[in-house]
Amino acid sequence: MPVDSVSFIFLNAFLINNFVLAMFLGLCPFLGVSGKLNTAWSMGLATSLVMLISSLSAYFINELLVYFQIEFLRLICYIAVIASAVQLVEMSMKKFSPSLFKALGIFLPLITTNCAILGLALFQTNKNYDLAQSLAYSTGAGAGFILAIMLMAGLREKLELANVPNTSQGAAISLMLAGILSLIFMGFAGLGG
Amino acid sequence: MPIKEDNKITADTFLDGIWKENPVFVMLLGMCPVLAVTNSVSNALAMGLATTFVLLCSSSLISLLRHLIPKEVRIATYIVIIATFVTITDYVIQAVSLELYNALGAFIQLIVVNCMILGRAEAYACKHHLLKTIVNSLGMGLGFTFALLCLGSVRELLGNGSLLGYAIFGDSFQPWVVMVLPPGGFIVLGTWLLLFNWLKERKINNEKNSSNTFANDKGVA
Repeated sequence: MPVDSVSFIFLNAFLINNFVLAMFLGLCPFLGVSGKLNTAWSMGLATSLVMLISSLSAYFINELLVYFQIEFLRLICYIAVIASAVQLVEMSMKKFSPSLFKALGIFLPLITTNCAILGLALFQTNKNYDLAQSLAYSTGAGAGFILAIMLMAGLREKLELANVPNTSQGAAISLMLAGILSLIFMGFAGLGG
Repeated sequence: MPIKEDNKITADTFLDGIWKENPVFVMLLGMCPVLAVTNSVSNALAMGLATTFVLLCSSSLISLLRHLIPKEVRIATYIVIIATFVTITDYVIQAVSLELYNALGAFIQLIVVNCMILGRAEAYACKHHLLKTIVNSLGMGLGFTFALLCLGSVRELLGNGSLLGYAIFGDSFQPWVVMVLPPGGFIVLGTWLLLFNWLKERKINNEKNSSNTFANDKGVA
């Protein structure tokens, strides 16, 4: 598979260079909202929706910035776009599914400061992806985020039944788990290459 | 009614950030750069100093402007202020050392979304006067740098057998390559947290034991 083909870019963002487990992006919700499977699922869904919207907007904004030669404003523009995309998702979620809106609580506005989203926009700019490639990249990253957070949530639900020593409770054991998951994802390294 | 401001600067204003409220080990904020760029000591140091600079400048500015920023748009204002300083840092690092810039990659720009900086702005800078904010954010920044160095040194030592690029172990040392790869970051940070938890638990147990013996002595007397 050629490296810049759409399917490879999707696979790359989804498994090989998984945003959470290989590039350390979006760790806050990954560690914070992965206590229960269904909240993890809705968090993943909301995040990947924001990813898709902001990646598309970032693509067009970058075209504009390059046209006017004001690339130094890129960071500020991207963050503004992401903040408004989050607001959009928040408002539509409040309208269509109030229960979900309540379950996510404070974590919904915090998607704005999720580095996976800004990271996605910056990486696709750095790699000079065209529209189709950006689309594949953002859906791959979103799917990868859902996969990682769901795996983590499943493991932590099982962990509640296990007898964990007092010292390693909380963040310490979650990080160890993430380390093992990340080790597993390294196995995908040869995929598609 | 204006919020009453506590103007006293104590040693704790500075030291809280380094130890008691360490942003990484205690509050678990700003994890992404902590894990992503700590595969060597020099990267960790550069990232720590860059973050400290952004934190210091943005907190000071926010503290100066705290009576001017309307409450409704404060988060957006903070983000724009932080993004400005990050852009400055980004261009400065690019100008000073291209090698470092390539090593850190997009993570310099990602300082914008470091929750620690926004968290400090929201929880501290908008409530305290300039001098106190400077002292506190300096402590926080150094605490962050300290945590990065803790991770970076362990990962470079085990994964490369070197510190700051100088070989520490002899030729016969077999590097644990996994330590400089992503899983190593998670595992090393988990181990540090484990260590700190253990220390905390031991301290609590010691206090309990000493108060117990004190009570016993009294009982005997």
